Amino acid sequence: MPLALEIVTPEERVVTVTCDEVRLTSVEGQFGIRPGHTPLVAVLAAGELVYIAGGTTHRYAAGEGFAEVSNDRVRVLVEEANRAEELDPHRAAQELQDRQKALASLKPGDPAYEQERANVERAAARLLVARRGR
Amino acid sequence: MASLRIIRNRIRSVRNTQKITKAMKMLAAAKLRRAQDAVIRARPYAQLIEEMLASLAEARARDELPPHPLMAVRPPHRVEVVMLTSDRGLAGGFNSNIIRRGQRFMTEESGRLERIQFSTVGRRGRDFAKKRGFGLRKDYLGFFGRLSYAQAREVANDLIEAYQKDELDAVYLLYNYFRSTIAQEIMLVRLLPLEPKPRKQEEQATKGGLIMPEHIFEPSRPAVLQSLLPRFLAMQIWRALLESEASEHAARMTAMDSATKNAAEMIGRLTLQYNRARQAAITKELMEIVSGAEALK
Repeated sequence: MPLALEIVTPEERVVTVTCDEVRLTSVEGQFGIRPGHTPLVAVLAAGELVYIAGGTTHRYAAGEGFAEVSNDRVRVLVEEANRAEELDPHRAAQELQDRQKALASLKPGDPAYEQERANVERAAARLLVARRGR
Repeated sequence: MASLRIIRNRIRSVRNTQKITKAMKMLAAAKLRRAQDAVIRARPYAQLIEEMLASLAEARARDELPPHPLMAVRPPHRVEVVMLTSDRGLAGGFNSNIIRRGQRFMTEESGRLERIQFSTVGRRGRDFAKKRGFGLRKDYLGFFGRLSYAQAREVANDLIEAYQKDELDAVYLLYNYFRSTIAQEIMLVRLLPLEPKPRKQEEQATKGGLIMPEHIFEPSRPAVLQSLLPRFLAMQIWRALLESEASEHAARMTAMDSATKNAAEMIGRLTLQYNRARQAAITKELMEIVSGAEALK
């Protein structure tokens, strides 16, 4: 399997694996990487991260970060990465609701607004992946 | 001469204290191992972020990148020191060293600067700043024992906000760096303005950077930098938090180890004293009996 994938977060190295395909969520939308991809640096948004190895699909809920691709090596640096199997859809839904409530109490000009919006986006990514992973 | 009972009670109380210090030492040792692990686990991310920023900084030197607000250098008038202390005491010089360094910064720099304020992580630092009446912008409590990256992000975001609103001209981070179990080092580093350091010339020449000229940027080079800088800041704070936590446990372990040793020494001394007093009492009693018997003759 020709793509070397590495996912790291500030807290740990999550995955080091070779795979056939990686799908990421950038700030401009979803995109995929296969062997032979041009060198790339992408800014990632909170969202789904998928890699396919040996026909099996592995899903993660990723936070914001970066992906760097060169020479069939993909390095993903994200603020968090949770395996779909380890996420609980009910809890994720509850968290998203709480976060949205917190965001609704702030005005867009509020300095804490951007922080809280990022929290909502991460929670939304977790819920999305938790539901798809089942 | 101290009575036998009093000495016996003191021995018992020292022995109880020793049990406590011994337990605290073992606990600190276990927590230290976990904290050290966390420091090591944080390395790959930190390295990659640093490499990325360094490669971009090389590009910036070639005027390919626009300036960024977090790199804006202003004459430093208003300065903040983010001080990492612990929530709990009994950790030897861990907190007092940090606090002393903070005070020194205050006395050395206050003549030159318009305003120095503090942000503190940990109860000890907060209590100190409050007692001294130092300006305290923000205090974070309850971080240690359950550190997560989200906390570092919170601190970083608060700083970014204050810096971009032009409330601060420079931010320093003051923390204990974990050199080894017996040596922790006080570090005072500048967080803001950010100053990405390009790699050394020879390194640039021999080794291709993480980001090479042929890399495409999605969505764009400035957007990558825009997104990278706040993460770089949060990562620096995150590492300092981890270092500080490891240092705290190491300092506590060392302090409790020497307390346990001191207690053992004291118990030895008291036992000697106790035995002497006992011997003296017996001798005295014997003498009394002998002289009583003599008198009866």
